[in-house]
Amino acid sequence: MLLQQLINGLTLGSIYALVAIGYTMVYGIIQLINFAHGEILMMGAFFTLTLLGMGVGLLPAILIAMGLCAILGISIEFIAYRPLRHSPRLAALISAVGASIILQNLALLIWGSHPLPFPDPFEGLGFLFSNIVVSYLQVAIFAIAAALMLTLHIFIQKTKMGRAMRAAAEDQEAASLMGVPVNQIITITFAIGSVLAAIAGIMMGAYYNSVYPTMGYFIGLKAFAAAVLGGIGNIPGAMLGGMILGIIEIMAIAVGVPSGYQNAISFVMLILILVFRPTGILGERVSERT
Amino acid sequence: MLKPIQKPAVMIGMPLLLLLPFILQNDYYMDIVIFSGIYILLAIGLNVVVGFTGLLAIGHAAFYGVGAYAMAILSMNYGVPFWLALPFSLLVTAAFSIPISAPALRLRGDYLAIVTLGFGEITNQIFTNWVSLTRGPMGIPGIPMPAFFQWDFGNPLPPLGPFFTPSNILFYYLGLAFVGIGVLASWRLEHSRLGRAWKAIREDESAAEAMGIDTFRLKLLAFVISAAYAGVAGCFFASYTTFVGPSSFTFMESVLVLCMVVLGGRGNIVGVMLGAVLLVFLPEILRGFSEYRMLLFGVALVAVMILRPQGLWGKKE
Repeated sequence: MLLQQLINGLTLGSIYALVAIGYTMVYGIIQLINFAHGEILMMGAFFTLTLLGMGVGLLPAILIAMGLCAILGISIEFIAYRPLRHSPRLAALISAVGASIILQNLALLIWGSHPLPFPDPFEGLGFLFSNIVVSYLQVAIFAIAAALMLTLHIFIQKTKMGRAMRAAAEDQEAASLMGVPVNQIITITFAIGSVLAAIAGIMMGAYYNSVYPTMGYFIGLKAFAAAVLGGIGNIPGAMLGGMILGIIEIMAIAVGVPSGYQNAISFVMLILILVFRPTGILGERVSERT
Repeated sequence: MLKPIQKPAVMIGMPLLLLLPFILQNDYYMDIVIFSGIYILLAIGLNVVVGFTGLLAIGHAAFYGVGAYAMAILSMNYGVPFWLALPFSLLVTAAFSIPISAPALRLRGDYLAIVTLGFGEITNQIFTNWVSLTRGPMGIPGIPMPAFFQWDFGNPLPPLGPFFTPSNILFYYLGLAFVGIGVLASWRLEHSRLGRAWKAIREDESAAEAMGIDTFRLKLLAFVISAAYAGVAGCFFASYTTFVGPSSFTFMESVLVLCMVVLGGRGNIVGVMLGAVLLVFLPEILRGFSEYRMLLFGVALVAVMILRPQGLWGKKE
């Protein structure tokens, strides 16, 4: 029973982690809570669904949706955030809220407000491990998320581009003086975050068998909580935070917290961690400036 | 006191506001005007925290909701009349803000924003799940309307001579009185010793602390006052619509009020009021575009921020 919950929690946690990485990367580089991130996830799920409906195969559909989301993320940064980079931080935050409202209503206009069914590529099949049910979908979600996170980690730590990203996150001005093309790095950051969000959206759709225009809202807030939990700006922290949040959420319900409070659990965790360890689990330092 | 340019504005504006119901004579317009009043109260309340003190808070709907639920529960379960429930709800909301903001105030900047956001969500979940007290998602209907001497807001008689007095008109004047008191109080606060201390915190918290300002206590006070405004707005909302439910106090509601403050120009009371009126009217004006209106609302937010990051009526920083 406990192991079963752990597996369910890990599946949910993998999805949270993928979304949290997008938040943490953007926050790390431009100190902005990208409110539109959850909506990109939702768009990713809808793009895939529409492509599948047009008769495109699953894998090409996912790849095209990832590409479309990357373009979407880059455009949002270019239109709504870039002009505000040297404005008060609140202005950029409101702009992000505006972008989120735009995307949500765009989806409402195109696909309607009713949840649409999303196919499970494994048709609900799975295997029994002693008395624990594990679906192939859960295995796939965990494996794909783990592979993506490992790739990203290697990319950030080992490649020249990754080093430039770390430099820009550390000190944008100094990085640009050292010849790092900061604007280009920010664009790439948004592209990577959006691609991961698209994958997470497709996973959410397949796992819960439905997609709807407001699906990005709560998962977005919770993934952000996960990012803060792990230490904002810290990519391994976001992965860890997502996993922990997913497991705690499932476990809390299993030990008897009323399921209506499921969404509140993440925020209680968030507040406790911020009050007692404001840097998050893996975070190093918090900027004192507002 | 008043700049020369403000005098004619006040002289034209005051009678206009007092006679507005008789100029409009339309329930739909009156409804929008009354909601503008509710949002003005919420926005100038949040302005104390965001505008004067420079703290970012995204959980205002929690206080708004607590005020509304306090009014609803007091009048429905205990039969407390409006005028007694009002100060009591205000106190409940203000008291509720202390345990919420005290831990949050240890943090700065975005972290404070995130904690207030988290508290806002938790409060909403409690509204939704504490069914024995709040009736959960069904909400509390049938909240009695206030009465003022012989005028019962729910069963309006024609006491104003030749004029017919629908409850909208009475609510309009009640709202106008609340907004008037609220704005005056906010304006007095801004120009008091307290207001100057808040602004010192906004400009440089460390310097303010070094100058001997008890920053924690003053920031807490900003939150309590801000919550009190939201409590009054919530009471008014509950008795005006006669219904409270968790869907009225969501994250989007907090964001909407924050948008009013930022869009209007934070710190500027008149700007914030205009921001509130604008954002209440905008979706109604865009009603002609029916399903595109929220889309256009989002576009307007982004566009205004890009063109005027300091807010429409804000000073450049």
